[in-house]
Amino acid sequence: MTNIVNITIDGKKYKAQKGKNLVNVAKENGLYIPTLCHFREVDPPLGTCRICTVEVDGKTTSGCTTKVYEGMNVEINNPELLNTRKAIIEMLFAEGNHFCPSCEKSGNCDMQNLGYDMGITVSRFPHVYSKKLVDFTSDRMIMESNRCILCKRCVEEIKTKDGKDVFSFVKRGVGTRVQIDYEEEAKLTDEEALYAMSICPVGAILVKGIAYEQPFGKRKYDKGGNSKQVLINEKLKRKSKDGKFVVATTSLAGCFGCHMSLLDINTELLDVLEIVEFNKSPLTDIKKFSKQCDIGLVEGGCANSENIEVLKEFRKKCDILVVFGECAIMGGIPAMRNFISLKECLEEAYINGLTTELGANVIPNHEDIPKMLDKVYPCNEIVKVDYFIPGCPPNANHIWKVIKNILLEEEYSITHEEFKYD
Amino acid sequence: MIPNNHITQRTNLVNVLWDIQKKRRFINKDDIAKIANEFDISKTELEGIISFYHFFHFKDAGKYTIYLNCSTISKLHNYHEVKKAFEDELGIKMGNTTKDKMFGLFKTSCIGLSDQETAALINYYPFTNLTAEKARTVVSKIREGQSLQSICDFPKDNIQYKPKDEKKTIFFKPFKMGEGLEQLKDLSPEDVIKMVEDSKLSGRGGAFFPTGVKWKFCRNNASDQKYIICNADEGEPGTFKDRVLLNTYPELLIEGMAIAGYAVGATEGYIYLRAEYKYLKDRIDNAIEKFKNAKLLGKEILGIENFNFNVKVFMGAGAYVCGEETALIASMEGKRGEPTTKEYFPVEKGYLGKPTVVNNVETLCAVPRILEIGLKNYLSIGTESTPGTKLLSVSGDCTKPGVYEIEWGMKLRDFLSLIGAKDPHMILFNGFAGECLSMVDFDREISGENLLSEQIQFQFKDPIEYAYKMSGVGLRSGGSFMVFNKSRSIISILKNVTDFFVAESCGICVPCRTGNFLLSRKIDKIKLGHGNKADMEEIQEWSHIIKQSSRCGLGKTSTNCLLTAMLKFPEEFEKLTQNESNFNGSFNINKATHNYDTIIQEIESTYD
Repeated sequence: MTNIVNITIDGKKYKAQKGKNLVNVAKENGLYIPTLCHFREVDPPLGTCRICTVEVDGKTTSGCTTKVYEGMNVEINNPELLNTRKAIIEMLFAEGNHFCPSCEKSGNCDMQNLGYDMGITVSRFPHVYSKKLVDFTSDRMIMESNRCILCKRCVEEIKTKDGKDVFSFVKRGVGTRVQIDYEEEAKLTDEEALYAMSICPVGAILVKGIAYEQPFGKRKYDKGGNSKQVLINEKLKRKSKDGKFVVATTSLAGCFGCHMSLLDINTELLDVLEIVEFNKSPLTDIKKFSKQCDIGLVEGGCANSENIEVLKEFRKKCDILVVFGECAIMGGIPAMRNFISLKECLEEAYINGLTTELGANVIPNHEDIPKMLDKVYPCNEIVKVDYFIPGCPPNANHIWKVIKNILLEEEYSITHEEFKYD
Repeated sequence: MIPNNHITQRTNLVNVLWDIQKKRRFINKDDIAKIANEFDISKTELEGIISFYHFFHFKDAGKYTIYLNCSTISKLHNYHEVKKAFEDELGIKMGNTTKDKMFGLFKTSCIGLSDQETAALINYYPFTNLTAEKARTVVSKIREGQSLQSICDFPKDNIQYKPKDEKKTIFFKPFKMGEGLEQLKDLSPEDVIKMVEDSKLSGRGGAFFPTGVKWKFCRNNASDQKYIICNADEGEPGTFKDRVLLNTYPELLIEGMAIAGYAVGATEGYIYLRAEYKYLKDRIDNAIEKFKNAKLLGKEILGIENFNFNVKVFMGAGAYVCGEETALIASMEGKRGEPTTKEYFPVEKGYLGKPTVVNNVETLCAVPRILEIGLKNYLSIGTESTPGTKLLSVSGDCTKPGVYEIEWGMKLRDFLSLIGAKDPHMILFNGFAGECLSMVDFDREISGENLLSEQIQFQFKDPIEYAYKMSGVGLRSGGSFMVFNKSRSIISILKNVTDFFVAESCGICVPCRTGNFLLSRKIDKIKLGHGNKADMEEIQEWSHIIKQSSRCGLGKTSTNCLLTAMLKFPEEFEKLTQNESNFNGSFNINKATHNYDTIIQEIESTYD
């Protein structure tokens, strides 16, 4: 019985086997420590992703590399640690190119799921728009380094029969990436290749030809998950007032899909109109602000000078600015041009492209035409944004719940199905 | 092209790569295929190792490879003009090689010559106190065919100070080979460990882990083989005291290693020498040879039963993080120099899985002296928690840069006048991973006293209260002491510090890898005057997250300077920050559309 030790987790006492990994001990006792790199008893543990950061006897460390010992005092869920963990996931989202709506791994992605779990609506860090290698050379696999979070699972786990590494870290610092060895990769069986894809917690390792296999609703993380409580920002509380709340909406560099989603609440729209009147908006076709608004809803990011101007005007004319949809939050699909030079983009679109007219040698430009920006900017890198609603498009219920939540100061919870990135 | 004298053991990999790098100036695809085959590893794994080290190249680095130091201190001196001189003279930009493959020009982090900056290494031969003119002369001399050996500047030792009373000097006084070893005839290994423990000697690289305790752990782990590794990967910017020790007293180090070997029961020792100090390798090898000839290394040393010990030098290949002991061991094992998760400490499973002691040069050099002068005398020097003396490497705005051996307990104020600091404003203490000191710290003493209360410093808003309450708290440094006067831009220095960590992060964990990168951008924003109060708060919050969640000491300490600078020089930041605003000050529409305007102009004129 000497192998059993007494430990305290978040103030409660537990018994555990001495020397066992803290993440596993917590799991056995029904306590959840989120992880990304930890996936089985790798010895020594990788300790790369840092998501399982916990406090042991007052010192922060990673749970997966901590072995339990007699009398240890662990904190998992104090507000500071929750914030740190959330920050790490946000940093991973900001560091790589995680365009969930167009990612093959969406719905099966461990990191996306953790994002949902922590209720992340936006990254507090500015997006890096990484331009690392996307390697299609291998016959069977794609290595998309811009999505890789360098958890090292594949490096440690995927070896050929004669024990050689198929994946390896190259370079260092912010340029570190995982490189695939084509010769060794060819020696893997198809099952092993699929296994490599499945242990990748994001969409970095892909096996060609099997993307988007499962339909929406049947993917690993489509079901389950908790509702999110949306908190009111005390600073932005509305005074209850007579008359209706004024709302303005616009679509910048987006596809108008988010505006379509606005209409998806069907007849409930009539309830909305009871408390809300629309000012400048494509829904009303009012082109100019006629008064100060309570809420501005912005779809899409900033791709040209007009977008910037409109966004700034919204910031000035709306007391509360809400951006909705992936494009507004992180640039979305339009931001995929951030990895290609502007010149190449324009030439492909207007001069060299297959569909351009013969002899059309002109890139449209006129003083009345807005100028393209060097890259697509998320709205919060231009102006201060008060609320973010993720999704592509965001679920209609989610949008209106947030609006009502803000206007009526009623806290709603968002269901797992409503809270989506893709 | 693998030389026959190398056996294809993994521990030899870095040596093999060095051979090829030296011979051809780069490692090409064919080499990679051959080496991977010989060492039975995949090509990708090998490329991962090569690309980890700064001094291994995939592209031709030139017959004469110039590494110009771009550290803060270098920039205080002539970095910019020397860089321009090299670029103009060679007709290439930094980071490139001339067309005829004669010269390659690269920048590199601190090369341990902060007392004689601006400095560069050309094929690892040192060139110090460079000016634009000297840089041009060096290039033309090389072109004339003069040998590097004849034109390089062997670095001066610049030992500026040691205690006046020789009895209080530990390092910089005459040393007789074998004097410490002789004592071992009457001491059991346990006695030695007890003595080192009682001397309170602790890790002088900057971590200050008690040396005696480390040795005891290692001794108690039974194993057929144990190792002593001397960490001579002195990469902390601004530190060069180990360089001076290695040049002046390598015998002291070798003797220290042998004593450590005797104490823990290890028979093999390695000196992990940073590539930047390659010019010291001969000096060390000669010293080892001298020991062997005197039968002070080898089998049954001094006739003591079972006392067998040998020392070899292992060359690093350029990676700051390899100064971290587990990364250093990984590097010696022929892997990427990534720190481990400390599942096992080196004293449990270290080099090749065997119990290993990794100690700094200065730590090991102190050991024979303790035996020589006796524990009682040693304890009478310095302060209670930190007996003995400490070597400090001084650089920056002062009249006497160099190495100082001071008795622990000297007041910072006295030390500043000793080094001839002119109007000191900020001190980077203990390197880039250390802290920023200002006037309010001048009454503190350089020692290990009352360190437990160090954290209280963040509780004070009032500088007078700070100075009063902190005056009893000691200051401990691994050796780096960089002093700056009022004319220097603190933000620029902090930018250099943060960029250093961006370049040197091993890249495994996101807080260190990307956190520092984002902080560096943020500092740019502040520097350009676009930041506001919210940015300042974010810097603090992000720094804290990096500190909390990084995987190893490199990340955990990478934001120390930034946080302490914000604490002590708030006015420097305030003068650069704007009022809070709903609009991001750093976004400039003209800049953002500049590209578009140029493209339209260009295309209009091309197609018209």
